[in-house]
Amino acid sequence: MAKMKKSSTRIDMTAMCDVSFLLLTFFVLTSTAKTPEVYPVDLPASTKETKIPSDDILSITVGQENVFIGLAGREDRIDVLNRMGQEYNIEFTKEEQNTFAGMENFGVDIREMKSLLAKPSSERMKKELHKGIPYKDSLNNQLSSWVQKARESSWQRKESFLKVAIKGDANEQYGTIKEIMDILQKQRQNRFYLVTGLRSDDF
Amino acid sequence: MAELNTGGNEGKGGKKVRSKKQNAGVDLTAMVDLAFLLITFFMLTTSLSKPQSMDLTMPDKLEEPDPTKIQDAKASKTMTILIGKDRKLKYYMGLLKEPYQGVGPTDTPYGKEGIRQVILQKMANLRAAGHEGKDGIVVLIKATEDATYTDMIDILDEMAITGVEIYALQDMTEDEKAVMQ
Repeated sequence: MAKMKKSSTRIDMTAMCDVSFLLLTFFVLTSTAKTPEVYPVDLPASTKETKIPSDDILSITVGQENVFIGLAGREDRIDVLNRMGQEYNIEFTKEEQNTFAGMENFGVDIREMKSLLAKPSSERMKKELHKGIPYKDSLNNQLSSWVQKARESSWQRKESFLKVAIKGDANEQYGTIKEIMDILQKQRQNRFYLVTGLRSDDF
Repeated sequence: MAELNTGGNEGKGGKKVRSKKQNAGVDLTAMVDLAFLLITFFMLTTSLSKPQSMDLTMPDKLEEPDPTKIQDAKASKTMTILIGKDRKLKYYMGLLKEPYQGVGPTDTPYGKEGIRQVILQKMANLRAAGHEGKDGIVVLIKATEDATYTDMIDILDEMAITGVEIYALQDMTEDEKAVMQ
C-alpha cells in the first residue's frame, strides 16, 4: 500500500509575526495617547480637511456656555501658568507647576486653581470641579487673560505666533461662539481654527 | 484550527522508548492574530484622532478702515446669507432695503439641493458676465444669536465646497433680525 504523503498544512508564521510586531511597535510609538478631556464635545462636521497644527496652539472648548482651555506642551503650560499667577498675585509652587503641566485642559477660575492642583490625580479631571473659565464679566475676563498670556509666552520664548483653535459643541448657540470670537478679536487675534469632525464626501 | 497539543502524547504505555521528536515550531497563529488586531486598532485610532479644522480669518475690528480701500460691491455681486433659529436660512442679493432685481430675502434649505445650488447659480451668472474669483461673488454670512454653531459651520463649509473666494462673518442688523423672526 502506498503510503499517503502527509504534507504539513501549517505555514511558517515566523516572518509574518515579525512583520506584524514591527508594524505594531511603529503604530504604538507614533500614536499619541488621547488624553481625557474635561468636557467632551460633539464637533460639527465639515468637508474641509485642514489639519490642526500641534505646536503653539491654544484650544478653547465651548459647551453649554462654559469655556475650557487646553494648552499644548508642558513647558508652555508652566510658563503660561506663572504668567497668570503674576497677574492674579498667586504664587505656584514647583509641585503645583508640575501637576499643571500634566493637565491637557481645564476649566477653573484661576483663584481655585491651587485647590484643584492639590487634589489627587484621579479626582482632578472630574467634571464637577471644572465649571468653566470666567469670561462674561468684563472686569474678570480670565479667558482673555489666558489667551493674552499664552500669546506673550509663545512670542517671547519662541518668537512664534500662538494659534487659537475653537472647539465648539455642535449644539452650541452661535451667540456664545461670537462672544468668544469677540474676546479674541479685542486682542487682535483674528485668525482661528474651527475644529470640526469629518463629513462624508457626498454631502 | 489551532491545536493545543503539539508534541507527541501518543505513546502512553509506550513499549519502545523512542527519542521524542520535539516539535520545535511554536504555534504562532494566536500571536499573529493578536498582533494584527492591535495593528488595526492603532492604525484606525491614529488616523482618526487628529481632528479636522477650518481656517477662519476675521477682519481686524480695532483698525479704522481705510476709506480709500473700501470698495463698492455691486448689488448683483453681494449675497447675504441669514442664519436663524431652527435651521432657518434666507438669502438675498444686494441691499436689504432695495434688493437686487427686487427679490427680497428668500427661504432656502441647507445642503446640496438648497443653498449650494443658489450659490452656484449666482456664481455661474457672474462668470457669464466676466466676474470670477476675487472679482466674483461676495458672500456675507450673518447669524442670529440663537442659531447653532453647526449652522454656521455648515454655511462656511458651503463656501469651501462652492469655492467662494470672498466671504465674511458679520453682525446682523436690526432690520435683518426682524426678517429672521
